[in-house]
Amino acid sequence: MLSREAILDHLPRLRRYARALTGDRFAADDLVQDTVERALSRWALLRPGSDPQVWLLAIMHNLSVNQRRMGWREQVTEDGILPEFPVAASQTDGLVLEDLSRCLYRLPEEQRAVLLLVCVEELSYAQCARVLAIPVGTVMSRLTRARQKLARLLAGDEEVVVKLEVVK
Amino acid sequence: MNRPAEEDFHAYVDGTLVTEERARVEAWLLDHSDDAETVRQWQVQAEGLRRMFAPVASESIPERLLRPVRQSPVLAWRVAAAIAWLSVGIGLGYGLRPVQGKGDNELVTLVRPAVTAHVVFSPEVRHPVEVGSEQEAHLAQWLSKRLGTTVLAPHLQSAGFHLLGGRLLPGESSAAAQFMYEDGTGRRVTLYVRREVSGNRDTAFRFARENSLSVFYWVDGQAAYALSAELPREFLLGLAELAYRDLEGQTSTH
Repeated sequence: MLSREAILDHLPRLRRYARALTGDRFAADDLVQDTVERALSRWALLRPGSDPQVWLLAIMHNLSVNQRRMGWREQVTEDGILPEFPVAASQTDGLVLEDLSRCLYRLPEEQRAVLLLVCVEELSYAQCARVLAIPVGTVMSRLTRARQKLARLLAGDEEVVVKLEVVK
Repeated sequence: MNRPAEEDFHAYVDGTLVTEERARVEAWLLDHSDDAETVRQWQVQAEGLRRMFAPVASESIPERLLRPVRQSPVLAWRVAAAIAWLSVGIGLGYGLRPVQGKGDNELVTLVRPAVTAHVVFSPEVRHPVEVGSEQEAHLAQWLSKRLGTTVLAPHLQSAGFHLLGGRLLPGESSAAAQFMYEDGTGRRVTLYVRREVSGNRDTAFRFARENSLSVFYWVDGQAAYALSAELPREFLLGLAELAYRDLEGQTSTH
């Protein structure tokens, strides 16, 4: 059995994915903490030869979906607070990335998850499918939709739809 | 030349094509500026996302994330139990107060033992309950007999919590019971039940908080209930209402 300390090697990447997914430092570390506790409680179930990173990301994905379903985590909204921005880059670069960040959180979370797992975590499409428990074909179609929508948002082609609520 | 498949454009951007496939996509892109522009945009996105989140991976890891790893499971359990007991002790003196209204008798006779039972048994991995939910009918019968009043486990599946089972506990002056529920993420809710000795009366839902533990408690005729969990207040209230309604339904058909 893998030693429990082995999980430490995965924490930087788990934190990076959680931050990218939620756009919020505290919500992200809450998610990582839940993931670590759950993973450690099932550490004995991790089979030798299986990929711990994929296993941990899958646990995180399930927790994230459940938490969102229960309304614990606010979806980062179109016109709400801008997600925390992790880099201090050069000014021009900063502006470009800020724009990218703003558009990223307008993607539906399922599309954002695929895009981040592929681009940031550099998972293969097959690993991505295992993390999300969906067929590879679904990974590909979500990736296409995510990339197309992000391109439209960045080009400013897509208007932000403001939902009107009836005030009683 | 046929247009490469959509997947090939993705794989090209994500660097997973073998040499000849890559050469084929490149040749196509040279002659087809629309596809070339799409691929360029995707590359810019991917590179931007990588750079945007790269710094997070080199941040120092917050201590709270390291703590559960450094403790051995047995030690972690002992420490958790010790902290739980300590906080119960503190809670009895200072922390445990009803959020609304004046202090009442139920805080001492109901919430206090419910909180203790929750912190002691809910982290239990191997033996969270004495009698499992597969013997639900027997469980209810046994507890009803020991408590001297009808004791039923409410169904909370519609809120995502399934019954793990229950156990008999020593109460203030007689027996009490605890039912335990768990959701898909492993979060646990306990319902503490004791016989209401002061006679037939009903109370509204009342709320108490002890650190991160929330408790809703109420008296309904012959039984008093306390529902405890580390869940947001609003969410737990939903569960309490569900439990109350379900018990009403079960009792009326009993």
